[in-house]
Amino acid sequence: MTDITTQHSVKELDQVVVRFAGDSGDGMQLAGNRFTVATSLIPNDIATLPDFPAEIRAPAGTPAGVSSFQIHFSDHDILTPGDKPDVLVAMNPAALKVHLSSLVPGGVILANVDAFDERSLSKAGYSSNPLEDDELSSYRVYKVPMTKLTLEACKDAGVKPRDAERSKNFFALGLVSWMYTRPVEPTIDWIQKRFASNELVREANLRSFKAGYNFGETAELFESQYEVPAASFREGTYTSVTGNTALAWGLVAASRLAKMPLFLGSYPITPASDVLHELAKLKEFGVKTFQAEDEIAGAGSALGAAFGGSLAVTTTSGPGIDLKAETIGLAAHLELPLVIVDIQRVGPSTGIPTKTEQSDLLAVVYGRHGESPVPVVAAMSPSNAFEAAIEACRMAVKYRTPVYLLSDGYIANSSEPWLLPDISNMEPIDPNFLEEPNHVDDEGKSSYWPYIRDPETFARQWALPGTPGLEHRVGGLEHQDGSGSVSYDPLNHERMVQLRQAKLEAISRDIPQVEVNDPDGLGGADVLLVSWGSTYSAVMAGVKRVRARGMKAAMVHLVHLNPFPSNLGDVLGHYRKIVVPEINSGQLCTMLRAAYLVDAQSLSKVQGLPFKTAEIEAAIMDVIDND
Amino acid sequence: MTDVATENGKVTSRKDWASDQEVRWCPGCGDFTILAAMQTLLADIGARRESTVFVSGIGCSSRFPYYMNTYGIHSIHGRAPAIASGLAIARPDLDVWVITGDGDALSIGGNHFIHAMRRNINLNIVLFNNQIYGLTKGQYSPTSEVGSVTKSTPYGSIDAPFNPVSLALGAEATYVARSHDMDRNHMMEVLRRAHDHRGTSFVEIYQNCNVYNDGAFSDITGKDRRADYLIPLVHGQATRYGKEGEYGVARGEDGHLRLVRVDEVGEDALLIHDESLENPSQAFELSRLARGPHEPTPIGVFRSVERPEYGSEVARQVADIEGKKGIGDIATLLKSSGTWSVN
Repeated sequence: MTDITTQHSVKELDQVVVRFAGDSGDGMQLAGNRFTVATSLIPNDIATLPDFPAEIRAPAGTPAGVSSFQIHFSDHDILTPGDKPDVLVAMNPAALKVHLSSLVPGGVILANVDAFDERSLSKAGYSSNPLEDDELSSYRVYKVPMTKLTLEACKDAGVKPRDAERSKNFFALGLVSWMYTRPVEPTIDWIQKRFASNELVREANLRSFKAGYNFGETAELFESQYEVPAASFREGTYTSVTGNTALAWGLVAASRLAKMPLFLGSYPITPASDVLHELAKLKEFGVKTFQAEDEIAGAGSALGAAFGGSLAVTTTSGPGIDLKAETIGLAAHLELPLVIVDIQRVGPSTGIPTKTEQSDLLAVVYGRHGESPVPVVAAMSPSNAFEAAIEACRMAVKYRTPVYLLSDGYIANSSEPWLLPDISNMEPIDPNFLEEPNHVDDEGKSSYWPYIRDPETFARQWALPGTPGLEHRVGGLEHQDGSGSVSYDPLNHERMVQLRQAKLEAISRDIPQVEVNDPDGLGGADVLLVSWGSTYSAVMAGVKRVRARGMKAAMVHLVHLNPFPSNLGDVLGHYRKIVVPEINSGQLCTMLRAAYLVDAQSLSKVQGLPFKTAEIEAAIMDVIDND
Repeated sequence: MTDVATENGKVTSRKDWASDQEVRWCPGCGDFTILAAMQTLLADIGARRESTVFVSGIGCSSRFPYYMNTYGIHSIHGRAPAIASGLAIARPDLDVWVITGDGDALSIGGNHFIHAMRRNINLNIVLFNNQIYGLTKGQYSPTSEVGSVTKSTPYGSIDAPFNPVSLALGAEATYVARSHDMDRNHMMEVLRRAHDHRGTSFVEIYQNCNVYNDGAFSDITGKDRRADYLIPLVHGQATRYGKEGEYGVARGEDGHLRLVRVDEVGEDALLIHDESLENPSQAFELSRLARGPHEPTPIGVFRSVERPEYGSEVARQVADIEGKKGIGDIATLLKSSGTWSVN
């Protein structure tokens, strides 16, 4: 990068949390993502938290328009993106205004001093320039003229100043890369590839990135560089993956395992659209994606494809599940496999589309008319979305049932290192299509009865259109068990309701029993924490912290929310105090209390953000102290 | 006979296409003749039962799949085109029919109905139009005429109705036809052509609900009325009707289509019907000739044009990319955004 030998000392840190913050148009998500990739190559353990407004371009320069990307990286195993950043990159006054309060005391602020003009300060709500008065005296503030230096770097590149200025995110990225001794090659390679066809932009970004890096090296503004040594990882090949990408890949892998072509019927919705985008690219895997006219048609087309023998999926977020509910009820009634992916976001109604929540749990478990039980599986982390997707597909095909796969906005957009699994070692999924008649009538004539079932799983025997002699009709009217003929017989209806429920009981026997993480053995701890979905990381981190203080806390994590693992009631019964942290107002807690008559307490947070480790830690201490 | 249509080498008859279910429409319902026409047609053309799927929504007409000895789904209200779309895209080898009614297709399912036609998915959509909600026992529908007195409009309906053929043409449908339940041969002919058409075929069938809206179409479909009130559309032929062929359709001096007496305008002035026109304007004009089923009304094929079929295009893209990139490998996919190794 530069010929000047570094004069800076390099200090070692075991972990750092950096937050890039700027206007929505400043490219903070991009800077954060490139920093993540470079960091993954150290390799450090990583957890990230992107946070951006719902508007594509919220009013520029205002607090409402601030977009941020937080990355926590370390030399040891970490679970969360970090409670408070050590370093805040503030590209404008609004970013400083919004994020200052979360910075650790004594933390570093890298401010783009050029953006702190009178107009921007006033848009951000500052009456005076915080960089000039003593408001920031308890922080280490570096005032860097990022805009000016970016323009300077691009001076002879033939780029118009207005366009050159857009590269200042790369200047910031270069500076932070220098500060934390990140490798520069991956970013340079990426810029060259990404902007291969646009020479001016490529040149501007490259120059700005290098200028940022060199500024750190030469400016003598910074006392030292830092390095975070490599974390120890299990042997193997790793990649960095977001939840939405991992989920899409899991669906493709399941399609391969089942030898069923993947069909996705979907309607664009934040934050689920990236699954549609990813699958739309993967045609070489035989994937058919269908951007339907609405959420209902997304589910409907998938159900039609399922009838034809595809591994059928529909993806959505909160508002979409309301619209799909009737189709899901039909799928449960027809007993056809259908995976419904709900990337949960803040509700009710449109809510806050880009923020995370776990508030659809009761809706997906109970939110259909009549009694139409649907199994529910939840991903616990970005990389785990891969396995969760395979699990949901496996269950759907094996039991001929719709299955809800829950993720959330936090898992969807965050990323973490992922030890790549070997799919060749995974158990195939057997759709077990029927190709011969399964019924002989009194006159000796053979035919196919669509509702003849496996006695253990209660899964029906399934024949596909195109199979001669197995022609049959299925429908939303109640039907006779076995023959599938329309039936209004009262006792048959009661039996069918019970059979549809019995399938879930069979699944409960099939899924793994819940594992209790309690160093003192089952029932040994003073409190049991129950996590589900993305709360896993903060709850696990919080439990570790209180244990480090000598307190006794146990934990279980639920992957299956409907049905529950068969031993869950027994496990809960061993603890006097049960705390259920959720990014909702206590939905799983309500279900656990109803199912097991236990005095579980809800720890609720509904701010559109994941739990911080400190919040979990404080809550556990509170419960134990008040004992 | 040398040229017999067969299913897997076996001649089928209408009876082979009938399921073992008891047909439960009201005695005298127009649906019976449509069912008979469909069963006869599929036997006649040698269709394969295992490759034929009927998908329906909710309503009297939507019970249709239960009575066909084929694959079938009786689904939910309005959603049949969406469900059938997914099936037809996933399985281009199948012959997929959608059976729907005026309430199912045009009210609760309007969105799926128009989008299926816009995309030109290989579906045959057959809309039984009886201008009433029958299954819910007699409320007005989106095709009921203004002033219709029904249970939900005791003082007369004030809703302007849809014209299903106009709507289909506006939604870019590539095959649009109309028939009625009093003429089995006519129905079979437009349904046969719907079956043969690649893309979405739309067939509106005027169907009498003898319980809740009896005689809705009798002004034009009654045996003694047909000749003077139905205008048969025949591709390449002059648009003529009347017992003696004394009436026709011609373009007036104002540029609009109008009904004429042949002896007044001369044969050469009659409109030659061209169903293959790329521009749907003339078909649309024909669809608006009658303001309701009390005036001379065109029946037959309004429009039949070629346009790429959606499911084939989806399959073609998949095959193209598989050809270009090779069949996907999961292990390679998982490494596609860069990896690092720990030894």
